Amino acid sequence: MTEYLIKNGFVFDPVLGIRGDATDIAIKDGKIVETDAVKNPKVIDATGKTVMAGGVDIHAHVAGPKVNIGRNFRPEDKLFNARPGRGIERMQGGFSVPTTIRTGYNYARMGYTTVMEAAMPPLYARHTHEEIRDTPIIDQGAFPVFGNNWFVLEYLKNHELENAAAYIAWLLRATKGYAVKVVNPGGTEAWGWGLNCENIHDPVPYFDITPAQIVKGLIEANEYLGLPHSMHIHANNLGNPGNYTTTLDTFKLSEGIRPRGRFGRQQVMHHTHVQFHSYGGDSWRNFESRADAIMDYVNAHDNITIDMGAVTLDETTTMTADGPFEHHLTELNHLKWANADVELETGSGVVPYIYSPSIKVCAIQWCMGLELALLAKDPMRVFMSTDHPNAGPFIRYPRIMKWLMSQEAREQQIETFKHKDKVIDATHIAGIDRELDLYEIAQMTRAGPAKALGLSEMYGGLAPGLTADVVVFAFNPNEPYAPDDIEKAFGDVEHLFKTGVHIINNHEIVSNGNKRTLWVNARVHENPQVMRDVREKFLRYYTVTLNNYEVRGHHYVPNPYVIEVDATQ
Amino acid sequence: METVTLTITNQPELFLEADCISPDVFAGKTTEEIVDLPVYIGREQHRLGEFFEISGRAGATPAETKIVVNGDLSRVKYIGMKMTAGEVVVNGNADMYVGAWMQGGKITVNGNVDAFAGTGMKGGELRINGNAGNYLGSAYRGDWRGMTGGKIVVTGSAGSDIGTFINGGEIIIGGNVDVHVGTHAEGGKIIVKGDAKSRLGGQMVEGEIYVFGDIDVMMPGFAYRRDVELEVEGTKGRFALYEGDLGERHRKRKGQTVYGKLYQLVRP
Repeated sequence: MTEYLIKNGFVFDPVLGIRGDATDIAIKDGKIVETDAVKNPKVIDATGKTVMAGGVDIHAHVAGPKVNIGRNFRPEDKLFNARPGRGIERMQGGFSVPTTIRTGYNYARMGYTTVMEAAMPPLYARHTHEEIRDTPIIDQGAFPVFGNNWFVLEYLKNHELENAAAYIAWLLRATKGYAVKVVNPGGTEAWGWGLNCENIHDPVPYFDITPAQIVKGLIEANEYLGLPHSMHIHANNLGNPGNYTTTLDTFKLSEGIRPRGRFGRQQVMHHTHVQFHSYGGDSWRNFESRADAIMDYVNAHDNITIDMGAVTLDETTTMTADGPFEHHLTELNHLKWANADVELETGSGVVPYIYSPSIKVCAIQWCMGLELALLAKDPMRVFMSTDHPNAGPFIRYPRIMKWLMSQEAREQQIETFKHKDKVIDATHIAGIDRELDLYEIAQMTRAGPAKALGLSEMYGGLAPGLTADVVVFAFNPNEPYAPDDIEKAFGDVEHLFKTGVHIINNHEIVSNGNKRTLWVNARVHENPQVMRDVREKFLRYYTVTLNNYEVRGHHYVPNPYVIEVDATQ
Repeated sequence: METVTLTITNQPELFLEADCISPDVFAGKTTEEIVDLPVYIGREQHRLGEFFEISGRAGATPAETKIVVNGDLSRVKYIGMKMTAGEVVVNGNADMYVGAWMQGGKITVNGNVDAFAGTGMKGGELRINGNAGNYLGSAYRGDWRGMTGGKIVVTGSAGSDIGTFINGGEIIIGGNVDVHVGTHAEGGKIIVKGDAKSRLGGQMVEGEIYVFGDIDVMMPGFAYRRDVELEVEGTKGRFALYEGDLGERHRKRKGQTVYGKLYQLVRP
């Protein structure tokens, strides 16, 4: 493979602790190496430019059946934005639910090289992996959802932790999944009865188990196995005024549990898109931000990580395995609604949504997303996300950077709000003058999420030995710049290397890359009971046989990267 | 006003996408530049001049530009798409998307048009001296934001699904219509001077539909209220007023619930 030397760029790297010093970065055989280890490298002059590791997105909905429902029922999302194939680039289309091809290209253009699909229904894992396979350039993994799964509910109800863990290990292998995802624990199952679980002690109909038991049980099972990532949760009561108390109650379920395993993460709970879970007030009239209370808790507890779920003020497509929430949303905005039930496992809903700066609630949501990051004491535990596409499309990450890095940019945005004064009264943002620097941005978008995913030995930094995912941005942090320069430079990288392959050269995509699918193979003791339960449930309830369920072979995962976990010790 | 005349001399083997045939694109261009404008057949790009003989000259602005297109255009799509001003006259039949998303100016088609004419129209006038296909003046597929302004007049008949999600503006059909008229309407006015089949105003919450002829099957969600004397497009008479779609959510205005209104001419 070609060797590269990226010379003299302003490097921001939390792994090496470099805060903008001019540093050379060398690439050989897909890895970062010491600069004297390359003999005849191709030299990229990065003088006056910013250099970082490839971005890591810990939570986005970019592949799978509900993304495809979004694509299918929103042809208008592709209106006037399709682009024909050109050179090495293939045909692309879509804005909030882009095609797989555009998904890969747009992440690459922002300097992202690793993206986690945040909710994979196990029954449709094959479809999810086919889409992941068709998404160029970026490395991906997918989180199967466990929080409403009949096996999990039964094992945890009976306090059979070992069986729950064995089932998780089996399902990760069967679906080629990466982590334990929980969405509205118990609530989506309750939705099958037209009900919901609105707080952590609201019992699940029929199963007679509470969300609190599900969450705690899954954290314990996750740590029993010592998986790379922690349990990754979207808690109950999303999107409702006053829900921040449910969120704090959920956080508290992690107290006293420490991480196990060899992957170096410190958290036992990752709570996703916390913006949607930080609401005060008791109605939309007195709706207000309680990001302060949420961040007080997060700042004081180092076994929790979160991502923002920042609202970007766009027209977008909401989609979640939280079926009852999407029904609630379509009742609010009266736009079209799709609902899906996934047998014994989960469900989902999809509704378009317009976050308008003229609507008070939307403007408050925008403030709250940013407050979470601006109130963070440790940027290694608070990550950038839009819960793509729920709070906005991922292509807005550079705009979120602009808002986080510039108080002027935030004030400009607040000026456009129709109910500006009411919005300021209901939020904390106007009193925050913090401006994040590029080192903190690198923590929130690279080193932090890589560590939380248990991937700090592969991604998130520029230390020798790490995967050579390197970005050069046409941005000089030492010269004066306007806020919009940030958005422009970080949305259109000058150079991108992914696993040592030159993907973007001088702003142009020159390779479709060597994407990999990450999955976790957790070895447990043989568990005849769980295997018998699996066979029985497939025989009695599933519409497919086991043979048509598992994700196997080259067709689905042509380029796997397997992370082995030994839980037999 | 200056006039550019296009006469089709070379029929495309497949279908030609020619959204450049618009006063907004032609304005300020020389004939040579117009000849070179890009058109598409599938993924292949061609020049407008490969299919049309082009004469005359364009005005400095769209408002000062008139385009006359002659010949059989039944394989030419997107004539007058997104135009904001000026005039287009089509002498012949045209394919899909005539005047789609138009915002101003005037299009006259002396012939028939295929589907999606006036899709997502915002303003201006689209006159079809002939028949129209399906989805006349409708929203784009999937979109809940349909026609919001302007006027569409069809002297002949129209197909199915006209005025879906109409929110403003006017559609006047001289002849008959097929099924699905004003589905999801939130405003605007649709006048059918001939007969209608069925499913008029399904899921309509606001707006007006007038039918001068027969309606094969009424939607069950419409209730007869009373007869009213009206003059509609020069026709004076007694109309039976139905309100609906009662299965939908309706907003209130000044304490009164607003319904979609369906008027049918009562013939003696």
